[in-house]
Amino acid sequence: MRKIHDFHGGIHPPENKLQSLGSPVRDAGIPAQLVLPLAQHIGAPAVPLVNVGDRVLKGQKIADAAGAVSAGLHAPTSGTIAAIESRQVAHPSGFSAPCIVIDCDGEDRWAELPAPVRFEELDSETILARIREAGIAGMGGAGFPAAVKLGLRPGTRIETLIINGTECEPYITADDVLMRERAPEIVRGAQILARLVQPGETVIGVEDNKPEAIQALRAAAEGSDIQIAVFPTKYPSGGEKQLIEILTGKQVPSGGLPADIGVVCQNVGTTVAVRAAVEEGRPLISRITTVTGEAVSQPQNFEVLIGTPMSHLLQLAGYDAGKNRRLVMGGPMMGFTVPDPGVPIVKTTNCILAPTEAELPSPPPAQACIRCGLCAQACPASLLPQQLYWFARGREFEKAEMHNLFDCIECGACSYVCPSNIPLVQYYRAAKAEVLQLRRDAEKAEHSRLRFEARQERLEREEAEKEARRIARKKAAEEKARLAAESGGGEIDPVQAAIERAKAKKAAQAAGAGTGESDQEKLEKAVVTTRERLAKAEEKLATARSEGSEHIAALETGVEKTRAKLAAAEKALGDYQVQHPGNGENDEPATGDAAQAAIQRAMAARAAEASKSPLEKARDNLEKLEARLAKSEARLAEGRAAGEEDKIIEALESSVERLKERAAAARAELEAQEAG
Amino acid sequence: MALMRVTSPHAHGPLTTRQVMLQVLLATAPGVLVLTSFFGFGTLVNIAFAALLAVAFEALALRLRRRPLGFYLGDCSALVTAVLLGIALPPYSPWWLIGVGIAAAILMAKHLYGGMGYNPFNPAMVGYVVLLISFPVQMTSWAPPHSAGAVPGLVDALRACFDPSGYDGATMATPLDVMKQNHSLLVEDLWAQNPQFGRWAGAGWEWANLAFLAGGLWLLYRRIFTWHAPVAMLAVLALMAAIFYDNGSSASGGSPLFHLLSGATMLGAFFIVTDPVTSAVSVRGRLVYGALIGLLVYLIRVFGNYPDAVAFAVLIMNFAAPFIDQYTQPRTYGHAGTGGDS
Repeated sequence: MRKIHDFHGGIHPPENKLQSLGSPVRDAGIPAQLVLPLAQHIGAPAVPLVNVGDRVLKGQKIADAAGAVSAGLHAPTSGTIAAIESRQVAHPSGFSAPCIVIDCDGEDRWAELPAPVRFEELDSETILARIREAGIAGMGGAGFPAAVKLGLRPGTRIETLIINGTECEPYITADDVLMRERAPEIVRGAQILARLVQPGETVIGVEDNKPEAIQALRAAAEGSDIQIAVFPTKYPSGGEKQLIEILTGKQVPSGGLPADIGVVCQNVGTTVAVRAAVEEGRPLISRITTVTGEAVSQPQNFEVLIGTPMSHLLQLAGYDAGKNRRLVMGGPMMGFTVPDPGVPIVKTTNCILAPTEAELPSPPPAQACIRCGLCAQACPASLLPQQLYWFARGREFEKAEMHNLFDCIECGACSYVCPSNIPLVQYYRAAKAEVLQLRRDAEKAEHSRLRFEARQERLEREEAEKEARRIARKKAAEEKARLAAESGGGEIDPVQAAIERAKAKKAAQAAGAGTGESDQEKLEKAVVTTRERLAKAEEKLATARSEGSEHIAALETGVEKTRAKLAAAEKALGDYQVQHPGNGENDEPATGDAAQAAIQRAMAARAAEASKSPLEKARDNLEKLEARLAKSEARLAEGRAAGEEDKIIEALESSVERLKERAAAARAELEAQEAG
Repeated sequence: MALMRVTSPHAHGPLTTRQVMLQVLLATAPGVLVLTSFFGFGTLVNIAFAALLAVAFEALALRLRRRPLGFYLGDCSALVTAVLLGIALPPYSPWWLIGVGIAAAILMAKHLYGGMGYNPFNPAMVGYVVLLISFPVQMTSWAPPHSAGAVPGLVDALRACFDPSGYDGATMATPLDVMKQNHSLLVEDLWAQNPQFGRWAGAGWEWANLAFLAGGLWLLYRRIFTWHAPVAMLAVLALMAAIFYDNGSSASGGSPLFHLLSGATMLGAFFIVTDPVTSAVSVRGRLVYGALIGLLVYLIRVFGNYPDAVAFAVLIMNFAAPFIDQYTQPRTYGHAGTGGDS
């Protein structure tokens, strides 16, 4: 006899299972229309393979798995694709989701299936491929794609394969009847799974409140090495983590997977679906669903096509809408209310619960928490729900996380026992959602911070490089001058030469009526120096190319820029010469006049500036800046459109940014002036 | 009719806060009966008047805080406070003493902190300590048990409460008091010379304590609270008494049995220490919390200035409860210490 362990906490709510166990599983038939949500499993939604108007056959794949963690979808009966659109689905959020809608033709014609085989004749890859192809998602409730769980990481050693027939939630009997009626298929399916994961042992776990199911399983497992483990009824012993602890005494590490401790767990319904998929090639297109609660006159289990509207089943079970105020998909502990009886049955729908108000009364208003600790006694995860409640209410999420908020499995045991009727699970769900949102926000902020820092660093580095190049050039020039002085005119003292140069400059300035070089001279000089720089740059580029230096790109840009500057300078000079013909002849008086005029202009401008009020100044300043900003932005846009190099775009971007900042400052200044 | 949208779970257990409180009230009944049979109607009058005032003060506070009266009064928590304080007060207390105590308990200790569930200190014990510090004479004069003299009837009890100046009842030092003051007699001789000492711990006292123990065990059986805090408190108290018993010399602090069945020990262990709002929350936390209360009770009783110490010990540990919580978090499923390799 296998040693049965206990887990902390747990509760014993009224089971209410007998109501739906009176009759065998009944075929729910083919409704007029099936609605198949593309996301019936954990992971990426499936991708439709059909178009509106297509004829489909029973078992034909109509949507394909999208990526590794996903599951495909098959037509549960033959018919026509009526729509691929958003429909209301059974989800706690009450949102709509994309669905494939099939108008059933009632013929129920099968697509061609592979010839039945015994799994012993197939290799493991084929078995796994068939499971994946059949779109099987865990049928116990969470809907984790079965093939993903079975495709173990290489090197993972599985001690125990657990087939979960616990069904600990009150009211639900879908797995119970499945075990009673199809025990041989479960055993066969378990053997297929064992073939895949190669466990040390295979155990089917059942609560002791299902004697008929246990008997059927024992009979079916006769002669095989599959064990049937029976343990005391306690909610939530069917939770994967709890069941693993019951059967192995081991706990799944927080944040880890059962496979980490050598355990794989699959629901009995999943096991049956796996057998059908592997040996008969039949995809998952139907399941057993319990319809129960006092608002239906004949509570019972149905074999129902996936996509069947709940209302179809409810009608078959004798639903009295007048008696029913909440319609639950799933059980009374973890099920969620649906907004409308029209939502479809999905792969994970094990129960439809239609209780009367007397049966499951509306929650009364919550009273204050008196920290009685009943919740902590009931918690199967050994949490302190009353503390988590305070932290969730007080938005002390850090403390909530320190108290292991994320190990809560939302089983509802705490809320069930709470004498103050506090909806504890609701608080934890909200807190979890909020923490996840905060984490995402923090990640984004961190990302932005890193980007900003990287940019700062790059700008600084570029600045430093520029400075270094400038110093290097200066040194080179000095060196050159020194060499020239030493070799060329040994007798000429460099100091003397410098003095001479300065004198010459002074003289030139004096000639220019003390206003410096004439405009034309300036322009000419600009053209000459730019030309020199261009030559130098081209020379450098050539050497860099011949040496295969990594600075080629930068140098090329430099050459381009200089060339552009030279063109601009030449153009400016040309323009000037056009405007001032014959300037070269009567240079001096013109420059004299020009200088005089310039001085006057400057003085006038200064006077005007001084006479302006601070408000006007601020306004002018802002206008100027905005004009410059507009220009810069236009240049940036041009650059982008022309597909300029990143460096140039970046430079433009940074200048636009700087101008924006200055404009913002100016605007603030203006506003301050206006306010003052 | 639109379908209701609510989150799981949809089923709810049968127990309500009101039922918890009512069961606690019921569990005090044996102790109150024993106290009444030994000391007369004083305790009953205390309780009745305290309950009346508590409901009135609670209603007043709720009105001032604009809370619905029926919903909050329905939890019966004010009644529990009143009954516990009424039991703790000396029988035949004057009306104003009860009034001040209840006002301190309900208005100050409870509603100033936000009402039910938000009070860091046990309201009944706050009321008791306010009175003990403010009116030590009235608070330390306990009625003699009927084995040591005539016990007043109901009329006398009412007169004592509402016309205190016209009432002149006999009072007598409690066994804890006598034990504390004793420096010359052997414990044996104390027993022989003082009529208020009963078989083990004081006439009336020992039976009242046993009655409260019975009520507490019933609550344990009903799973209203867990055994951890009371058992830890009683065990440490008994252990301390055993260590310092000194074989009944004149310097003795009293035997373990004497301490377990004297004063407010059992009332404290099962009705005060178990107050969930103000105690530590985890199993280990409640063990520590109870144990330290037991330690403090003994230290104050034997080495401190007051004959009994449950109220002080509980209030001091109320301070420490959040701190204890910080260090006694239970190991969550799947965390360190499991066979996992995470």
